[in-house]
Amino acid sequence: MSENKQAAKIRVATASLCGCFGCHMSLLDIDERILELVEKVEFDRSPITDIKTVGQCDVGIIEGGVANAENVEVLREFRQNCRILVAFGACAVNGGIPAMRNSFTVKQCLEESYVDGIGVDNPMIPCDPEIPMLLNKVHPIHEVVKVDYFLPGCPPSGDTIWTFLMELIEGKPISFPYQQIHYD
Amino acid sequence: MTTGKTYKLDGKSIPFEDGDTIMDAALRAGAYIPHLCHNPEFTPHGSCRVCIVNVNGRYLSACTQPAVDNMQIDNSSEEIMSQRRALLQMLFVEGNHVCPGCEKSGACQLQAVAYYTNMLSPHFTHFFPQRSVDASHADTAIDYNRCILCELCVRASRDVDHKNVFAINGRGIDSHLVVNSATGKLGDSTFSVHDKAAHVCPVGAIMPKHGAYEKPIGERLYDRQPINIVGDVAAHEQDEEV
Repeated sequence: MSENKQAAKIRVATASLCGCFGCHMSLLDIDERILELVEKVEFDRSPITDIKTVGQCDVGIIEGGVANAENVEVLREFRQNCRILVAFGACAVNGGIPAMRNSFTVKQCLEESYVDGIGVDNPMIPCDPEIPMLLNKVHPIHEVVKVDYFLPGCPPSGDTIWTFLMELIEGKPISFPYQQIHYD
Repeated sequence: MTTGKTYKLDGKSIPFEDGDTIMDAALRAGAYIPHLCHNPEFTPHGSCRVCIVNVNGRYLSACTQPAVDNMQIDNSSEEIMSQRRALLQMLFVEGNHVCPGCEKSGACQLQAVAYYTNMLSPHFTHFFPQRSVDASHADTAIDYNRCILCELCVRASRDVDHKNVFAINGRGIDSHLVVNSATGKLGDSTFSVHDKAAHVCPVGAIMPKHGAYEKPIGERLYDRQPINIVGDVAAHEQDEEV
């Protein structure tokens, strides 16, 4: 009985690429409705479960834009494993605040942060091989993989996320009340 | 004076007078046709194309097309809305419109029209152009990243202020706003914060200094109700000035 219930659940994976985790925090703003949510979904890879690899999922939810080599890898893994991929929040949708670095070269950004910046001690650009290489520009995720749904907002509100997930789970057309969609 | 002439906007009769454009009559009747470069105080410009409508099978911009008796106009079908959405998406990717970091956000006409057309994504590949910010003027800053080339500041400065502070230079994708001063800086021009041109920008390109983020989120112009009910940014700018 409980196994059947488990099997009927929708598998959801989430990841934060070049974002601030604000969208994931906003997911927690669904408050006590999270109890209803876990009746309907099983979380796969996600900061919520701390699972590190993504398995076959129904829905993949991506926060953040694509700013480094690791972001590209994670995003492609999500696309391969998730039936439906969702751009979650301003950075995933259009690059957001991190994409403001696109007005500068990577060299300028690194030098400002680690060499010339105010209060920098021991100036040195980090070069540990474990640190992913930065891309020349920050990209919205739809410039790298096909994206099925877009949820704008910085962050999308808990209510917006709830509306989206419930409509998606119930197989209804996705639509939102006016106040639930904003770009900021 | 009424002429008894009408056209049908989505099946609804809109009366018009001789010389009216489709937009003039619709605005007077309180019917909303989405627009960005149009402001009823200025000569129609017809450049943003967001007011595109289907008139008897032809696509026309409502702000420049004279009204004709018995026109049948489609203003809200999904087909028209998707064309407008594509135009807006192109405007978004051509500039750097970082809504979370913009003090105009929530009271921005580009944003509000995009909400109205249900635009959820930019769809196209972003240009991420290299543009500058001009903060040389004491009271007003220009962020060229946000300019959509509507020419409302150009028209206001030329036709109302009689100063010709602004112009559009270049062609095609290289078109850009320029300031009429020896240095090209706003601070060296004859521009004043009291000019009409300081109060017509539909986006966050020409912004007053010293007063950002005064309205909290939830109370900004388009936070509660859509633009077809609230109206244009410029109409509300005048309210605030008084």
